[in-house]
Amino acid sequence: MKRVAIVGYAQHPILKNAGALNEVELIMPVVHQLFNDLGISQKDIDFTCSGSCDYLQGAAFAFVEGLSAIQTNPPIKESHVEMDAAWAMYESMLKIQMGDAETALIYGFGKSSPGDLDAIISLQMDPYYISPLWPDRVSLAALQARVLLDQNIITPEQMLATVIEARANSKNNKNALITDLIDESDYLNNAMVSSPLNKLDCPPISDGSSAMIIASEEKAYKFTDHPIWIEGIDHRIESSNLGSRNLATSNTLQVSMNQLNLKNIKFDVAELHTQFSHELPFLKSLLNLQDVPTNLSGGPLVGNVMMCAGLDAIGKTYESLKENQFTHGLAHATSGPCLQHNMLVHLEAQK
Amino acid sequence: MSAEDTPKDYSESPINLEYFYTAGSATTRFLNQVKEGNIVGQGCPKCKAVYVPPRGSCPRCGVATDIEVPLIDKGCIESFTVVHIPIPGNPIVPPYVCAMIRLDGANISFLHLIQDVDIENIRIGMRIQAVWKPKEEWTHSLENIKWFAPIDEPDVDVATLRFQES
Repeated sequence: MKRVAIVGYAQHPILKNAGALNEVELIMPVVHQLFNDLGISQKDIDFTCSGSCDYLQGAAFAFVEGLSAIQTNPPIKESHVEMDAAWAMYESMLKIQMGDAETALIYGFGKSSPGDLDAIISLQMDPYYISPLWPDRVSLAALQARVLLDQNIITPEQMLATVIEARANSKNNKNALITDLIDESDYLNNAMVSSPLNKLDCPPISDGSSAMIIASEEKAYKFTDHPIWIEGIDHRIESSNLGSRNLATSNTLQVSMNQLNLKNIKFDVAELHTQFSHELPFLKSLLNLQDVPTNLSGGPLVGNVMMCAGLDAIGKTYESLKENQFTHGLAHATSGPCLQHNMLVHLEAQK
Repeated sequence: MSAEDTPKDYSESPINLEYFYTAGSATTRFLNQVKEGNIVGQGCPKCKAVYVPPRGSCPRCGVATDIEVPLIDKGCIESFTVVHIPIPGNPIVPPYVCAMIRLDGANISFLHLIQDVDIENIRIGMRIQAVWKPKEEWTHSLENIKWFAPIDEPDVDVATLRFQES
């Protein structure tokens, strides 16, 4: 494997409703900020890859419009994933491994405010048996939460603690959308959205964008003196048939953990793409992160830009390693219902 | 073969999603001007290309088009087609002409109708001007212009309109 590093990351302030700002107007500032921070331009980028979902915009091939945010003349090599931009980063990694590029710009964007996110997310399900039932994202998450509570894998107290901690941690994240603190009675007095999940267990509807630049070892030091190395990356997916999954565990995640040899790494920090409060204690125990500071940025519960939040978990881990002199960080991105598809990224700062 | 065994080759699964669509702040500025009967393009601060209708960015340079460029409602036909097929719900009776309109001072063209002329006389490079609806009908739409009609000016060689990078 060629060594590849993250050399820069920028995030738009997460908004409840970006209003008249369209996707291009959300992407352009973060790409420009990244270029300015590193003193480079699009000409220094070999490959550009974005992540977004046309259903969020309600227009076919809407992602093509996003390209208007970047300089495309002279012509660029470009690609897109209809997924979280974490997978755009994965594609960029492959591109660099294949020798087709030394540097890559990744960006993700999403506005959830214009449409009905519950309805939109149900369209990612099996089109014959599940989508026609229009299961909303909270109800799907609640199915897994119920299984985890019933099997005593997590407790209601852990869910409460996750919500309170996320909001307390939002002070570390200048782009967080939700920053007000809550206490136990606020939590307990909130009405259920889909039992056992109440409104505070769910992430906020969010608009925003993020961008990242990765580079091969050869190029990384031309961009920065402090690259953060991607030491391991692996992603695997569970069955699309909810009924055939064991929602109390994730066999594919176990395989990824073995691939990355996680049990032999002492992590200083982790950022997990856990959108609902039950997911954090669940993944922390699966990934053996009980003693590792996790989601110091507040995570998706304080701002959850669709198609971006996974890339943000990687970006926040990168920032954490850089700012705190940490050595090892673990980032996680997910997609699909009930943590169906998971990516793990092991980041390491230069010793 | 019993009814249960008959292969089903399709199933219906209707989707209806509603969106609150926003044009973007740059296009909003443009449409606010259109409502007043003004066509205001936007210029790229780097390459100086003028976009109308503007989308807020210069895809050539990847920067915001933050220079407002007032334009007149005259230009030429960059290309055109004669539509012979009736489209359900479209009140215009075929045959009619859709043309790419290049306004004077703009670097891109947009689609609009050509009327007030015999179809066989329409040609690329022909000079045209907007025919506006009555002012009281103006909204946030290029439909404020009913169509473009020829004016008595010499044709333009459209090859000369190609964008030259400065």
